[in-house]
Amino acid sequence: MTFKKYLVLAGITIFSTLGDSLLARGMKDLGGMSLHNVSGLLLAILNPWVTVGILLLLAFFASYMSALSWADLTYVLPATSLGYVLVALVAHFGFHEEISPTRWVGIALIAAGVGFVAVGPSVTPARDSSGNVTESNVRLGAVSQEPVPQEETKP
Amino acid sequence: MNDLYAWAAIALITLAATTGDVLLAYSMKRVGHVGELWQSHGLVAVVKRILSIPTFFLGVLAMAVAFYSLLFGLSWGNLSLVVPASASLTFVANAVAARIFLHERVGRRRWLAAILVAAGVAFMAM
Repeated sequence: MTFKKYLVLAGITIFSTLGDSLLARGMKDLGGMSLHNVSGLLLAILNPWVTVGILLLLAFFASYMSALSWADLTYVLPATSLGYVLVALVAHFGFHEEISPTRWVGIALIAAGVGFVAVGPSVTPARDSSGNVTESNVRLGAVSQEPVPQEETKP
Repeated sequence: MNDLYAWAAIALITLAATTGDVLLAYSMKRVGHVGELWQSHGLVAVVKRILSIPTFFLGVLAMAVAFYSLLFGLSWGNLSLVVPASASLTFVANAVAARIFLHERVGRRRWLAAILVAAGVAFMAM
């Protein structure tokens, strides 16, 4: 893991958090949606909050695709899920949504889960059905750069 | 009634997002390291290479379904419920799907992370 890669992971977290929060702000303006009002849903993108939110989610998508090209899906998702904690904090301090004590416990558990996965390797060598390391991951340098700890080798 | 709608949206988001994540992860692994490819062949080559992979478009389609379900969900439920509940359930579903379809080796550490996040979701939904 290089500094640049950590920057990409931070970008995923921040862009998705801000994007979701701005979308939520925009949808609050528009009120409750129903399945009978599909045109209203399409027009939602004209709301400025929603527009900027979508732009941020596009930035999120680009950094997410970059990360998936060099790291496992099961690494990228938890490593960037601190964003959900951020969302709760933005909802609480920005939009004054009530956060109950049990919900704070949930936030703490999610943060702990992030910690568990973040200290492990970012990519495990994929194996074909006969147990051989596949060529694509050798090419990516996954095998030589970050050796997989013993516990991760159990099926 | 709004609660029921919110949870239906959460279920739909989870299913669509997991499908999308797995398809996109599969596609990007076929593309290879984007940063290195950009440096050696330029940005246009990177985009061309990504667009030449059919599963990428299926993944984007699934993500679009997840995105519009999220818009519905956000108009019915609280931001601090819909976003973490759907995204974290997606994370648990992804751990299973990545193991089955992407052959990622989900070790003890990653399962533990999945369980912690799942518990976190349960608490947040209370």
